[in-house]
Amino acid sequence: MTRLHVQLAAMVAMLCLAAAPFLLPPFTITLMNYIGVYSLVAIGLALLTGVGGIVSFGQAAFVGIAAYATAWVSALNGHSPWVGLLLALTLTCSIATLLGLATLRLQGHFLSLSTVAWGLAIGFLFGNVEGLGRFNGIASIPPISFGSYALVSSAQVYFLIWGIVAAVLWIGYNLLDSRLGRAMRALRGGNTLVESLGISAFRIKLLIFVIAAFLAALSGWLYAHMSRFISPGPFDAGMGIEYLMMSMVGGAGSLLGGVVGAAIVTLLKNSVQDYLPLIAKGASGQLEIVAFSALFILFLQWARQGIVPFVGRYLPKLRRDRPQPAPALPRRAQPAPGELLLKVDGAERRFGGLVAVNNVSFDVRSGEILAVIGPNGAGKSTMFNCLTGALRVNKGDIVFAGRSITREAQSRIAKAGIARTFQHVKLRPRMSLLENVMLGTYARTRTGLLASALRLNRREEASAQFEALRQLERVGLGDKPFDIAGNLPLGNQRILEIARALAADPALLVLDEPAAGLRRQEKLRLAELLRSLRNDHLTILIVEHDMEFVMSLVDRIVVLDFGSKLCEGDPAAIRNDERVQEAYLGGVA
Amino acid sequence: MTSDIAAILAIDGIATGAVYALVAIGTVLIFTVTRVIFIPFGDIAAFTALTLAALDAKRFPGTGTLVLVLACLATLVEIISLLRTNEPRLVPRALLLYLALPCAIVGAAWIATRMDPPLAVRLVLALMLITPIAPLLDRIVFRPIADGTVLLLLTVSVALHFALVGLGLLFFGPEGVRTEPLTSLSTEIAGMLISGQTMLIVIAALVFSGLLYLFFDFTLVGKSLRATAVNRTGSRLMGIRPARAGTIAYLLGSLMAGVSGILIAPVNTVFYDSGFLIGLKAFVGAIVGGLTSYPGAAIGAVGVGILESFASFESSALKDVIVFSLLIPILIWRSLSSLHSEEEIEE
Repeated sequence: MTRLHVQLAAMVAMLCLAAAPFLLPPFTITLMNYIGVYSLVAIGLALLTGVGGIVSFGQAAFVGIAAYATAWVSALNGHSPWVGLLLALTLTCSIATLLGLATLRLQGHFLSLSTVAWGLAIGFLFGNVEGLGRFNGIASIPPISFGSYALVSSAQVYFLIWGIVAAVLWIGYNLLDSRLGRAMRALRGGNTLVESLGISAFRIKLLIFVIAAFLAALSGWLYAHMSRFISPGPFDAGMGIEYLMMSMVGGAGSLLGGVVGAAIVTLLKNSVQDYLPLIAKGASGQLEIVAFSALFILFLQWARQGIVPFVGRYLPKLRRDRPQPAPALPRRAQPAPGELLLKVDGAERRFGGLVAVNNVSFDVRSGEILAVIGPNGAGKSTMFNCLTGALRVNKGDIVFAGRSITREAQSRIAKAGIARTFQHVKLRPRMSLLENVMLGTYARTRTGLLASALRLNRREEASAQFEALRQLERVGLGDKPFDIAGNLPLGNQRILEIARALAADPALLVLDEPAAGLRRQEKLRLAELLRSLRNDHLTILIVEHDMEFVMSLVDRIVVLDFGSKLCEGDPAAIRNDERVQEAYLGGVA
Repeated sequence: MTSDIAAILAIDGIATGAVYALVAIGTVLIFTVTRVIFIPFGDIAAFTALTLAALDAKRFPGTGTLVLVLACLATLVEIISLLRTNEPRLVPRALLLYLALPCAIVGAAWIATRMDPPLAVRLVLALMLITPIAPLLDRIVFRPIADGTVLLLLTVSVALHFALVGLGLLFFGPEGVRTEPLTSLSTEIAGMLISGQTMLIVIAALVFSGLLYLFFDFTLVGKSLRATAVNRTGSRLMGIRPARAGTIAYLLGSLMAGVSGILIAPVNTVFYDSGFLIGLKAFVGAIVGGLTSYPGAAIGAVGVGILESFASFESSALKDVIVFSLLIPILIWRSLSSLHSEEEIEE
């Protein structure tokens, strides 16, 4: 399957949708309008929950804010629905920004619980604020009109709704296929990974959060002018979970899944309303929610992946062409060989009463390979985490390229030119090798939200792709760039992390146990790769257990033991140092 | 606001808060042992009140039917899973625990509605009818996904709440109930008239929290529950079955929720859907304790009760808005003050 096939399929789908009002009865069209309106929210949730990993129970509140805003403007104050759209979007996005600023630093389930909280609080507001019709709602909302042409019937508003859905899908897929989209898709790998690539995790989260709210607001605006009447009911907590269900049924993480999920849930609900009264007379209303929740629970128990990813597995793979040569991305000015690059001065890090790193000082000079070694629990990884900003030192100073990075955020340290790999590999297993390495180019590329959404980023994307391919070839993984990273054996995953770090064009490469889990031949190849990087004047800091690997490769060694620096010197001196022998082998009896 | 009014509001708040505290403690208990944030506890509390009201009116409570349906489902799920893991010899035990036991309780309730048992018996019956619900739901809903992420469990839990509200309407109808006060005594403290019911609520909350504390610190079962809360894998290696610990936690939690339902029924009119707000407010309290500390949860819940009482005096329409808005700063404070190990989200 090629790109052309996908475009053809999308065209056919669009034509079918466009023909629907001429072929189907009005009732079906009304139903499809609701599906379209709900899909917008579900697409937003697919981005927020599926891609970004932020489970929100509160989207219905955003839909409600927009619906009430436009109803207030148009029905109560007599302005045009287009003024309503403006107010709906700005109000919803501003509220989402404020909520996001307050809550998006929360972790895991705390974040989701906060969405329950504001979802409920806002939901209660609709029925209780003076001037918004209380529980009676607001009636006689005018239809959307273009000049004198008003979209009154369901067939008329149909084209607007599905036009917006199609545009949102196009923009959404463009966005996911951009540097910002890759950053969003990396969020599920955890903050440490994202930040180590020079991406501010918080800003990306805020971005998706506001995008999802924007889509919910569009949906609310359409809803208000389509149904011409609003009341608090459709924006309460129950609807919030229904939206979540739509995006999960369709396949969280798949934008198209949002539309499919909205369709399935809406149709199912409709048929439940049709058939339940036949089974249980007089109790249909109650049973509807029961049947619905039960189905959702069963779905979560048995088919968490969702429908679109499930079907996708049986479709032929999209064939992609190898990236073509493109203009190189800008490179940073590398320090002169031999220059002082990193200075660690009296670093100390405590965890409660435990001093994991105790008054450690050492220098790294440009162009050298320095190893930090030490027995288990010596504080090597803590030291590395302090260098890269994943942890803060309690005392001491760390200076990189003449600038103190002791208090800098992780993503800013990464941007300054320290690229790292992880002891426990942190890759995005569902992304291709090429995309994983392209993550590394984030800080070297510029394209913003609008250009990404409108696909104006092709030139820079081509450069980033070619750079990623070049780094893959450099580490020896260039033959299958579109394979999925999760399918690589562990050793190659480590190598892939190095390629990703190299794609950031770092001044200092920090490798956390790169040889762990590698076979002998792989280790030899890794050593060769690191030597070739040194020949290109790259500075490398390495934590490693494999002594043979370290001794034959590095220029200098710093030995840590129980959090303190034991000694420092070239491999031969370290090998003969009695204190090192004692630390590793125990004292001579 | 005069100091008299403030005092009345405070006492009212403490009483409501004590009810929330019982539910909050149950929530913490379930969360620590099973990692499930069990939103439907409020529903369990409300159902208890409705059950008691039905028993008072000599009607067979809808809870009975609910328990029977759940028992059949749970038995089915359990037997299928036993047959799948090739352990048919455990089937009789499953039949006894998941089918016979709940049926016996329902049978007792049915007989009781034919007679006219005293209040104490009705209270016990209501509690006995309500306690199997959460463990049965655990077997049907949560155990198949026990190893899922907290978020998955939370999503399922929210869905489960909506199912229960629907069932509540089906089994109990839309009418609200208010039961007879358990005591008509009242007493005067520092010039304030305090009703016996208020005293009873506070005392019951204290007694049950105290009992729970004794249970955790001085019994082996309690200790095994604490072990499961700390480390599931580790306690499994020590011969503790997390599933069994979960069942016990659900039993205890529902007992607490049931007691709170009985206590609140004479004070507030309880509807089939009143549980949601009780559960959520208890939950706000539980979060103050970081979902891990029992005293923290209790203090938080009492705080929510007092806040709600004052908020409803200022603006009764917006009291829920105020309470839930408050959750956000609390969450931020909790998130900042606790160290998290980063959890990667499953693919």
